[in-house]
Amino acid sequence: MLQVTDLHASVIGAGDTEILKGLSLTIEAGEVHAIMGPNGSGKSTLANVLLGRPDYVVNSGTVEFDGENILQMFPEQRALRGMFLAFQYPAEVPGVRPWQFLKAALDARRNFAGEEPMSVRDFTKLFDDKVKAVGIDPDLVKRSLNEGFSGGEKKRHEMLQLEILEPRLAILDETDSGLDVDALRIVAEGVNNLRSPDRAFLIVTHYQRLLNYVEPDAVHILIDGKIVETGGPELALKVEKSGYEQYATAAAG
Amino acid sequence: MTLATARGEKYLADFKALKEARPAPDWLEELRQRGWDHFNSVGFPTERRGNELFKYTNLTPLDRGTFEFQIGQRVAVSPETLRERAPWSDDWTTLVFIDGWYSEGLSRPAADAGVTALNFADAEDRQPLREHLARYATVDESAFMALNTAFLADGAYVRIPDDVQSKTPIHLLFVTTPGGSRATYPRTLVVAGTNSRSSVIESYISLGDEACFTAPVAEYVLEPGAGIDHLRVLVENEQTFHIGTTRVYQSNDSTFSSISFATGPRIGRNDLHTLLDAPGAECTLHGLYLTTNRQQIDNHVSTTHAKPHGTSHQFYKGVLSGNSRAVFSGRVLVEKDAQKSVADQRDLNLILSHGAEIDTKPSLEIYADDVKCSHGATAGHGDPAALFYMRSRGIDEATAQAMLVRGFAAEIADEIGVEALREYVQRVIEDTIPLLLAEAD
Amino acid sequence: MATPNTISRKSDLSAGEYKWGFVTEVEEDFAPKGLSEDIVRLISAKKDEPEWLLEWRLRSYNHWVKMAKTQGEPTWAKIRYPTIDYNDIYYYAAPKSSQGKAPESLDDVDPEMLATFEKLGIPLQEREKLAGVAIDAVFDSVSVATTYTKQLGELGIIFCSFSEAVKNHPDLVQKYLGSVVPYSDNFFATLNSAVFSDGSFAYIPPGVRCPMELMTYFRMNAEGTGQFERTLIIADKGAYVSYLEGCTAPFRKTSQLHAAVVELVALEDAEIKYSTIQNWFPGTKEGEGGVYNFVTKRGICRGANSKISWTQVETGSAITWKYPSVILQGDNSVGEFYSVALTNNYQQADTGTKMIHIGKNTKSTIVAKGISAGHGQNTYRGQVKIMPSAENATNHTQCDSLLVGDKCGAHTVPYIEVRNPTARLEHEASTSKVSDDQLFYLRSRGLSEEEAHHMIITGWTRDVIKELPFEFAMEASQLLKVSLEGAVG
Repeated sequence: MLQVTDLHASVIGAGDTEILKGLSLTIEAGEVHAIMGPNGSGKSTLANVLLGRPDYVVNSGTVEFDGENILQMFPEQRALRGMFLAFQYPAEVPGVRPWQFLKAALDARRNFAGEEPMSVRDFTKLFDDKVKAVGIDPDLVKRSLNEGFSGGEKKRHEMLQLEILEPRLAILDETDSGLDVDALRIVAEGVNNLRSPDRAFLIVTHYQRLLNYVEPDAVHILIDGKIVETGGPELALKVEKSGYEQYATAAAG
Repeated sequence: MTLATARGEKYLADFKALKEARPAPDWLEELRQRGWDHFNSVGFPTERRGNELFKYTNLTPLDRGTFEFQIGQRVAVSPETLRERAPWSDDWTTLVFIDGWYSEGLSRPAADAGVTALNFADAEDRQPLREHLARYATVDESAFMALNTAFLADGAYVRIPDDVQSKTPIHLLFVTTPGGSRATYPRTLVVAGTNSRSSVIESYISLGDEACFTAPVAEYVLEPGAGIDHLRVLVENEQTFHIGTTRVYQSNDSTFSSISFATGPRIGRNDLHTLLDAPGAECTLHGLYLTTNRQQIDNHVSTTHAKPHGTSHQFYKGVLSGNSRAVFSGRVLVEKDAQKSVADQRDLNLILSHGAEIDTKPSLEIYADDVKCSHGATAGHGDPAALFYMRSRGIDEATAQAMLVRGFAAEIADEIGVEALREYVQRVIEDTIPLLLAEAD
Repeated sequence: MATPNTISRKSDLSAGEYKWGFVTEVEEDFAPKGLSEDIVRLISAKKDEPEWLLEWRLRSYNHWVKMAKTQGEPTWAKIRYPTIDYNDIYYYAAPKSSQGKAPESLDDVDPEMLATFEKLGIPLQEREKLAGVAIDAVFDSVSVATTYTKQLGELGIIFCSFSEAVKNHPDLVQKYLGSVVPYSDNFFATLNSAVFSDGSFAYIPPGVRCPMELMTYFRMNAEGTGQFERTLIIADKGAYVSYLEGCTAPFRKTSQLHAAVVELVALEDAEIKYSTIQNWFPGTKEGEGGVYNFVTKRGICRGANSKISWTQVETGSAITWKYPSVILQGDNSVGEFYSVALTNNYQQADTGTKMIHIGKNTKSTIVAKGISAGHGQNTYRGQVKIMPSAENATNHTQCDSLLVGDKCGAHTVPYIEVRNPTARLEHEASTSKVSDDQLFYLRSRGLSEEEAHHMIITGWTRDVIKELPFEFAMEASQLLKVSLEGAVG
């Protein structure tokens, strides 16, 4: 489903320093992958580059989604093809209500798929059900998008969008950080409920703890812009125990 | 020609007398003449309708020309008087000007190595004077800059060499004496070298009760990385017209931090402008004004962001009572190329009486799109809830009121880094609080 | 080779076309160009006006001549335009068929004009669309038709063209004309007082809540004409009315002057809600032509507990000079100003409000949103004045600017004048741009760049748009979208 080959990328305005230095990764439909790494290893850069954030430059390499090169696509073109990013720091948009925003996003997808927009009544029902399922305070979604949301509320709100938009590839950018155990369980349930043979997940995280609730098919260790080791769930536990220092030499070499 | 009146003749006569008594080198003579010519063509801004800069300020009395300009110091002042009445510390470098003229006997020359602090006449190397004078406070910008320049004879010149961290505050003290209605035109030039640090205090005090006209101009030049802590104290008498101008030129990564304190004069105007002319420059312009009786304090504070990554903070607070008036006219101009500018602007006022009036105009003018600018202003009387809270704890109303005013003023006054000056300002605030409360409703 | 993973900042959107720019071919009757006492007399005669009104016009004219000689046009606003030749303007233009008078019924209206309003979405037949709205349609200097007058009349509500009001309700007109904006008020208001053509008049009797929106639709058509309407709305004790004003003009490369005056009077316990969607021709993309919208709008809360609320969405005009104001005279009266002003291409707007607090416990709210794009210059200028008599007055002001592109300007010039210690005032303002983070967030969910911009701007203006009557909120939002096309992306 997703094929990343020898990806090199840097941030605009941060000099010529490359952050991703030849990253390769393959994710098949139905799989859950976790990418773990210390701060500054390039985890968030990878998540953002995959969705085409404008302040990043891809210097070389390819990214294919369903066999299609997506690097020249606008973020919305990638989204319409089924990609989704749960943001680490979702932007605040004053005056725009979550309901209105999600309806527009869902209708854009339906339009792309040649379907009619969802009726207001059907959407409202879907929305209300999901709000309940994700455990969001119903008052929260009456406010402006992400404005004045706490860190945990923002994360839950990202999960709400994931459940409503039902993407085929969901990238979770440190969605677990800063969450208490209850919230963590909700995120995990969201992922587990949506796991299906035609959907894949890429969980970007610093810690292993989300993986206690979501069993990944593969775990990758990202150090200094490259994947240095790939393994099964046991790899996450190993890192949790002995830390990332063991890879310092590998990166230096 | 506003000055083609009998009143205008007075200023012309003074100008001629100075020219005669204190001839200057050609360049200075020519500069004075340009100052006079401009002043003569525009006159005092007495017409208020349609005059945005003086919309709220009545300067008609200046036009009557009853103030006396004198050449050379004539009245003696004792050091004890200064210690008692002016901000003072024996540890400071101090230049004293009596009725506009440098007093060698009262002054204490520069204590820090390499630092120059002297009056214009004593400057051996006049090149920096020639290079910088009237370059930032240009004669054609306003009648007052022009008038001051026309009477440019004595003044304070300070230079901090590159990389010098001057620990000793430099105090420029301008005093008017009793026995006459003085007209004085104090002039200051401060040049801060690359990566230097210094504290400069300008203070203006009157020893008598007569109406004076004080029209100072100060120019500050900050070379790359320079930092100046600027403190301006205006404590003149209730008859006096003080129209002060400060122009600050900032190079890259320089920092100008200013606190202006004003109370007392009939009209006290502090026209302060900073030009952030290179990337990374930052200015912090804070101020406090207390007005009672029929006083008017007029803060005209503006910053031009001419280059990217500049930061400016304007924050003024005022307490008004009696039939007094205060004007805050703040302006932030962000030019087209000044991307990534950050500016904030606030003016908070505590009004204690029905006769008092505050006119506040915090304005933003923005031509660059990638900026963060905000401003705010508030006016109102003290929080009744806070007053009630204190009284419910057994504090009487007058004490509680005084505490509220003191607390309101302290936010600015406590920022003054030079200890002896902070104490002086706190003392003036303590002396003024009873006056403020006596005239409160 | 580096592949920039960025989004093209260039947009292939076609720049927004002004779709209201068509010209209607009707024969019009013009007074000769230029301004003189004779022209003033001619306008008055054409309208068959009573003597007192002619005298008022002449007094205004003479005062204007004096003003023109001494101070001239006001110069304090942040707007630049070439000198206006007041003798090169037609001060009177009316469709010939109308003979300068309002038609008796729709059958008398030139079908071309009916078609024009139809095309603008303003049906003059009373029917389903806009069923809850009574419309006075003004074409150049003349009111063409007023709908629903009969139903309104049954409640004692007078809603008609200004000319008809002068004929049928002279006492009301004489009592209130110039009572809020005196003929000597300012250069443009004085000019209007001398030569005003037509406009709308509304009177809501005591205790009546007007059951439908009243609307005036202004259409400028003839070339080289100035438009000088006069609107007067009076809400008597305990009355309520919501009034809406819309306006468009054809696409022309010469500029047109529009100097209107609006006066609102709210007596005790009365409320007037006045909404404007201003869409005069903004000029070409290169800055040629467009309407100079120099308008004086002022309301007075004369009675206790009265309320006046201005809501404006300003997307049109080459230049806007306009400060809808409220004089809060009655105790406990309330003044509100909600504004979105958009300047794109070479448009300039200097707009805001004045809130003059005189009565006790008076309260005012100002929410102003300025959007600058292209080479647009947008200035908020507002005055809040608390007079010594205004015990416990409060004001809250929020004005925000949004910049789209780096060739435009946004300016905020508030004047806060307080002469009473019991007042509470707060003014907050911010200037920002649409952030890349916001755009990326919305696009990553599948919205196009244009949709994302539109959603962000709609959200940003929401606090103002929601104040509009429901039927027009959508229209205003669409108008903002169309006006910004070509600027975003």
